Amino acid sequence: MSARNRELLALIPVALLVTAGFTAVFIVESNQIGDISLIYGGYFLAVCVGVHLFIRVRLPYADPYLFPLCALLAAVGLVMLFRINDELALKQASIFVAGAVLLALTILFVRDYHVLQRYRYLIATAGILLLLAPRLPGIGTQVNGAYLGIDLGPFSFQPAEIAKICIVVFLASYLAEKRELLAVAARRVAGLTIPPIKHFGPLLVVWGATMIMLIYIRDLGSSLMFFGAFLALLYVATQRLSYVIAGLTLFLVGATLIASQITHVQDRIDIWQHTFDKNPCHLSEQELHAGDDCGVGQIQQSLFAQADGGLFGKGLGESLLRLPGPFAPDCHQPFPDCGSILPAPHTDEIYALIVAELGLFGGVGVIVIYALIAARGFKTAVMARDGFSKLLAAGLSAVFALQAFVIIGGVVKVIPLTGVTLPFVSFGGSSVIANMILLALLLMISNDARRPPPPAREGGPVVEGLPA
Amino acid sequence: MNPPITKLYALILVLFAALVAFTSKWAVFDSTSLQDENANRRPLIEEQQVKRGFIRTADGVTIAESHPEGGGAHPVYVRDYPQGSRYGNPVGYSFVQAGQTGIERSENAALAGERNEFKSILDELRGVPQEGDNITLTIDSRLQQVASDSLQASIDQFGIDSPGGAAVALDPSTGAVKAMVSLPGYDPNSVKDTSVLQQLNSKGSGSPLFNRATQSTYPPGSTMKVVTAAAALDSGEFTPDTILSGHSPQNIGGVPLFNAGGEEFGDIDMTTALTHSVNTYFGQVGEQLGTDTMVEYMKRFGFYSDPELDYPDGQMAPSGPYNSDGHLVTADFDVGRVAIGQGGEEGQDLTTPLQMAEVAAIVANGGELMEPTFLQQVTDPDGRVTEKLSPHVQSTAISPETASQLTEMMTNVTAEGTAANLSLASGTTFAGKTGTSEIDVDAGINQPWFIGFAPAEDPQIAVAATIERCQGCFGADAAGPVVTQVMDAALAEGG
Repeated sequence: MSARNRELLALIPVALLVTAGFTAVFIVESNQIGDISLIYGGYFLAVCVGVHLFIRVRLPYADPYLFPLCALLAAVGLVMLFRINDELALKQASIFVAGAVLLALTILFVRDYHVLQRYRYLIATAGILLLLAPRLPGIGTQVNGAYLGIDLGPFSFQPAEIAKICIVVFLASYLAEKRELLAVAARRVAGLTIPPIKHFGPLLVVWGATMIMLIYIRDLGSSLMFFGAFLALLYVATQRLSYVIAGLTLFLVGATLIASQITHVQDRIDIWQHTFDKNPCHLSEQELHAGDDCGVGQIQQSLFAQADGGLFGKGLGESLLRLPGPFAPDCHQPFPDCGSILPAPHTDEIYALIVAELGLFGGVGVIVIYALIAARGFKTAVMARDGFSKLLAAGLSAVFALQAFVIIGGVVKVIPLTGVTLPFVSFGGSSVIANMILLALLLMISNDARRPPPPAREGGPVVEGLPA
Repeated sequence: MNPPITKLYALILVLFAALVAFTSKWAVFDSTSLQDENANRRPLIEEQQVKRGFIRTADGVTIAESHPEGGGAHPVYVRDYPQGSRYGNPVGYSFVQAGQTGIERSENAALAGERNEFKSILDELRGVPQEGDNITLTIDSRLQQVASDSLQASIDQFGIDSPGGAAVALDPSTGAVKAMVSLPGYDPNSVKDTSVLQQLNSKGSGSPLFNRATQSTYPPGSTMKVVTAAAALDSGEFTPDTILSGHSPQNIGGVPLFNAGGEEFGDIDMTTALTHSVNTYFGQVGEQLGTDTMVEYMKRFGFYSDPELDYPDGQMAPSGPYNSDGHLVTADFDVGRVAIGQGGEEGQDLTTPLQMAEVAAIVANGGELMEPTFLQQVTDPDGRVTEKLSPHVQSTAISPETASQLTEMMTNVTAEGTAANLSLASGTTFAGKTGTSEIDVDAGINQPWFIGFAPAEDPQIAVAATIERCQGCFGADAAGPVVTQVMDAALAEGG
């Protein structure tokens, strides 16, 4: 069976999931959602088939499972959003149309992703500027003490989502060119491998940018994700574990120093370590009285929601989410921004909602999908024929998997909770769009990697030498 | 570059494994402790979202029902008690702010719809919103009303220092509680307001939340002689014709014991002694039977342990001789005085009105104590009966012969004895026993009692009533009319 037919077949579970999920939610909540909302699911499936047809034409050799797996995640997200609020599902389905268009445009216009190497410094600069944008007066917005978004009139945007792709492209391109110098020209001093400073300059810039993120936009989660991707690529490029260890040490030292200076970061760590203590982040009487809890309520509610889930969950739409009657606060914002017992159930905490309603099995199912996507991504990296492609595929896969780890890890209290979206599942325009671009790049790399070699004119087939 | 890519993937898998491990921890292994965490309001809120079943009397009067409040499609259900204070006790209340008491508490599992797992999964699949079971009580609204009104009337007429009182009516053959009144009452709707709840709990409020019928232990006075006579006859040591001296005073427990008003009786048999409530006779009976036999028969009548009623443990008290430390004692008390419902520091006989109603019911039911119950039936929201009253013998206290001898003696009490002033509207013969325990001898303050059952030959109803304090009054005139009015109401209904 051809790769494209396999892809089409793999979309069947997606269709089943969307149909079953929407029907289940509709039955439970039929008293308050209209019949019309059922078509949002159909709407989404139509987009999936459209993307499939586009890939069939433009990237016939691309990995057949990458897109269906991402669509499966999106389907899970869409069903959960439909369960929270049918309007959210409609918006998210529309965002998927925009994302699908952007995926197509990326594939059409970039055509050969190798050209990105030429613009690497431009791309890196754009990435860092994007990261700093939320601090710009006028358009920057602050959420829970972190500067994560920019507000452009009718829509808001989280630039870190796009920036992560820029940074990975830059690193892949830079390391593909310099990796031999970095790895070979290293000197050993007192048992430690010291890299040549000259070639490390740009990498230190990336490290600096990450620290700046911590200081200026106070975004612990994105910093973790960026720096993780940076170390992953450095390791893949040089195969030197010592660099990774040195890098981790640097990050931890920097993060500790910064945490002691910036209360927001320190608070995040305090509420992670002392979730059930009274007043874990040492708020004053005044702040407590004003209803400030420095976010400890969110992590508590996250765990309480999961505790309700058990092995199989309470069922779609059956867990406690909207605070009923007299328990509901006076809301100036629509549900779920206000009036939900689980804060941010459609963004940060969507995984907690999945565990509450679909149980441990549902949660593990989602994690397994991420693991499978990472597996296809890394497989693409292994199959790719040149260094840049390998590094780019590995970097994009790593940053994608790390993003899932950072937010799920925060929700299940493995690491401090930070405001990162769950790729393809969380509600949000910038997240879906950025991840669609990431997917487009991975599909292009895999199309190149899996394209059969041209038939040989004379003698045996020409085997392209793989880079060492 | 391929080996490090594979290693990188392995690292990612390790990280994901940590996520799986932690998810299992919260969702499965630590689930229960998280649900018990103080900050976790989910269980409380979820319980409010279930429509609690209604509570009705046997004749279909709604005592408690739940109404949705606020939130449109996501309401919470709030309890409403349309009968106000009439059923405050024994039904109790159920509010988030105030907690649960009474039948609302003891039947919470059914009312909240905590049914078996399999059924709730089926309901979930069918999309049925969770709803509680409905309860029909054995209480009859007309009997409850008569009991409440007549007890209040007696309190108003005889009581001093605004005393409390209680009345209990049982169906002797099934153990069904047909009426249970504790005064002063309270309106369960009012305790939603926590300040009202605090005030009702405070000193000087008259303790209206207290269910005097099941929780209050009072000296039973001469009503206790029924138990003593039962022990005497059933043990075979006495017959209704056994002659003893009714001379007053008699040396009982080394201290002279007087008859009421110091009245003199000559040598009399037990029937005469019970008819006229002769203290000195039964003091001697108690001493001759001895502590062990008396304790044995008290236990058979249900003393020494909480009544086996479907009611919260904290709202029931056992009856029997209590020492001055408040502990039940089974030896070394003045058995002669306990035999007539009195006692001393080493053991004062104290009983609940429910226990004394059970004493009357045992005699009425040929010696068998039926397990008392409030539950007529439980129905699920679709109207299917899931539980139905099935009478259950708790113990065989005395033989049928003893019971019929006692019935005859107690019928004499109402015919020509201390309760000769009482009669039923229909002229039906009934059995009874008066009790008048002295609370404050100098001030002449007594606690009057009356227990009995009717009709004497085919008992349908057993009743006990008492009032905490009245001056210069007796069981027959202060508590008796409450009992006879309830009997009249019960017999009018049965006929």
